[in-house]
Amino acid sequence: MNERITGSEALCRALIAEGVDTIFGYPGGQIMPFYDTLYDHTDKLHHILTRHEQGAIHAAQGFARASGRVGVVTVTSGPAATNVITGLSDANVDSTPLVVITGQVGVASLGSDAFQETDVMGITLPITKWAYQVRSAEEIPWAVARAFYIASSGRPGPVVLDVTKDAQVGTMEWSYERTKYIRSYNPDPQLLPGDILSAASLINRAERPLIISGHGVMISNAEADLIALAEKADIPVATTLLGLSTIPSDHPLNKGMVGMHGNIGPNYNTNEADVILAIGMRFDDRVTGIVSRYAPQAKIIHIDIDRAEFNKNVHVHTAIHADAKKAIQALLPLVNKHKHPEWLATFERPEEVERTQVMQRELEPTDLGPDSAMRMGEVVRKISEASGNKGILVTDVGQNQMMGARYFKYTLPKSILTSGGLGTMGFCLPAAIGAKISCPERGVFAFMGDGGFQMTMQELGTIMEYRVGVKVIILNNNFLGNVRQWQAMFYHNRFSATPLVNPDFVAIAGAYGIPAEHVATRSGLDGAIERMMACDGAYLLDVNIEPEDMVFPMIAPGSAIDEILLNATTKYKA
Amino acid sequence: MEKKLFTISVFTENQVGLLNRISIIFTRRGLNLESVSSSASSMHGIHKMNFTCTSDRETMEKVIKQIERCIDVLRAYLYTDDEIVYQEVALYKVPTQKLLDEKDFERIIRVHNARILELTREYTILEKTGHESETQALYELLTKYGILQFIRSGRICITKSPTEHFTQFLKEQETRRLAIEKEE
Repeated sequence: MNERITGSEALCRALIAEGVDTIFGYPGGQIMPFYDTLYDHTDKLHHILTRHEQGAIHAAQGFARASGRVGVVTVTSGPAATNVITGLSDANVDSTPLVVITGQVGVASLGSDAFQETDVMGITLPITKWAYQVRSAEEIPWAVARAFYIASSGRPGPVVLDVTKDAQVGTMEWSYERTKYIRSYNPDPQLLPGDILSAASLINRAERPLIISGHGVMISNAEADLIALAEKADIPVATTLLGLSTIPSDHPLNKGMVGMHGNIGPNYNTNEADVILAIGMRFDDRVTGIVSRYAPQAKIIHIDIDRAEFNKNVHVHTAIHADAKKAIQALLPLVNKHKHPEWLATFERPEEVERTQVMQRELEPTDLGPDSAMRMGEVVRKISEASGNKGILVTDVGQNQMMGARYFKYTLPKSILTSGGLGTMGFCLPAAIGAKISCPERGVFAFMGDGGFQMTMQELGTIMEYRVGVKVIILNNNFLGNVRQWQAMFYHNRFSATPLVNPDFVAIAGAYGIPAEHVATRSGLDGAIERMMACDGAYLLDVNIEPEDMVFPMIAPGSAIDEILLNATTKYKA
Repeated sequence: MEKKLFTISVFTENQVGLLNRISIIFTRRGLNLESVSSSASSMHGIHKMNFTCTSDRETMEKVIKQIERCIDVLRAYLYTDDEIVYQEVALYKVPTQKLLDEKDFERIIRVHNARILELTREYTILEKTGHESETQALYELLTKYGILQFIRSGRICITKSPTEHFTQFLKEQETRRLAIEKEE
């Protein structure tokens, strides 16, 4: 007979069996039996106590996305469970593997509006890959094994286990088996040779092919395969926001990022391409602009592991339902060696226009003197270069995100962490903590605005306690900059509720014992970066940003992807 | 795009919360479910849900794919009325005295192929099975007697297809399971 143990003990053993070594969480009433048991397992399960449950889940997201491992969160019921909702929704749309364990009241109290009871199942069903309420200890091994299998396979996503107090304190006979098969769920669909042949034939006949590389390439570790395919067939590669770093910034075939604030070349040429090979991306409205005028000349080949993405937003000519790596590897031998010099040359002019009319102003502003505030682009680029372009960029949401994405440079894969689909302000600081914990050997650079920083800045406490060596850069313009930009462009400069009265961020960092400095002028930037890089642990830079700085190029809402603004008044002309 | 009535048949594992999870997919798109029926299927442990919904084909195809990506949903199928044989059942509670006073009563029962399930001094319960238009036609006739209660079930259906796609699907999954076990 197997040994009889409590559900809490089973939960800890199951987590260890799934290879978990780090948990982000926050204790409370209904999860206390688990926390009590965890006290005996601290040698194997390292618990990071964040300062808010939202911080816990964003940290787990950062941990998961930087490392490809499942992020684990443990919180109590009621308000703690509702505090992780934003992170669940974010992880769901950005395909992030999480197992989130919420405590729940005893089975007898379910549905009675008991203290700290909330309908976690009802709330989380629409924003999770799977949600399950565990009512008895016996179910724990099955539920945990299934949770990890579902979270990490196929298109990854968040799973919630709502573990009642009965299940934690009840006893069961211990045995554990990892899940390898679920009848209703096939995370590894068989490649259909017909689809691959049809795609290869489209690529081989294409005169103006374009690859759009998305998050799926990163998730399936297909970066090298992507580059091999692009090089063999000489196809320019664009990336989505979450696909950044799937091909190094300086690779000659990397033509930049598509989307609202993407690069001119790939955006404009999306509408010139005759074949688009879209890999692991989902044609988000921020990528397509107005859908009816998206890629009118192109036959679209769409590789995705999630069948529901096919024809969801744009009509697809050939759908390949598969893991990105497997699909690319199958395509590679069937794709002919090719050269597309004329097509590639069409990217040169938009690149030149962007460099001279948009980027120069950000990177080497001649209109600003040494005593002025800075532009976001120059700050991002200088820090990127100081890291040897080898760091992980973590951004918040808004101008800092777009400027970070545009001006950071990537030489290593899995080098960007940003809230893409949901656009969650407050994501950056806790996500950076998680990234640094899962990848301690890499430099982690967290760029955020003064707005987003203040949404989760309590996590400076987590940085302090666990000595998490993240570099925190506040691009501080005393404004909610992205909203301000839209107000300037579309709402007649009526800056409704966007100016911020800010505290002394350096003093706040100081209170947590985190070295910090305020960078007031451009002349002080280089020295400050040097000191930040020389510092072994965490460091905070509060950088004074010119408030009128705006993100361009821009495809305004309602415009087609080839209608690109170089500044508030000038459109790009081909 | 042309809107019409679609029938959606969903085979699922017998797990808590699935009806909720599936109905949310309709709700998110602002689609109104005209009828819902759910019960155990002929296969052990497998549930079958039927929904009817008026929409266009493209939207419904997206909905089907989103239903199928739910864990524990085995398969979802989309049908138009010509692809299935379908029925609904309706119950009518009518005051007995009114029926007895009415000369036409026998003819109504006969023409509409209705059945009497219970007869008391106060009320009579009739049952009719058919398409919605048929149960509705009887409803309208009976209104003059004063209907005390009326209920109509969700649609149930069986496909006309000569291939049993779902049985085929289950076989494929069994093959997949064996292959995974063999790998170990």
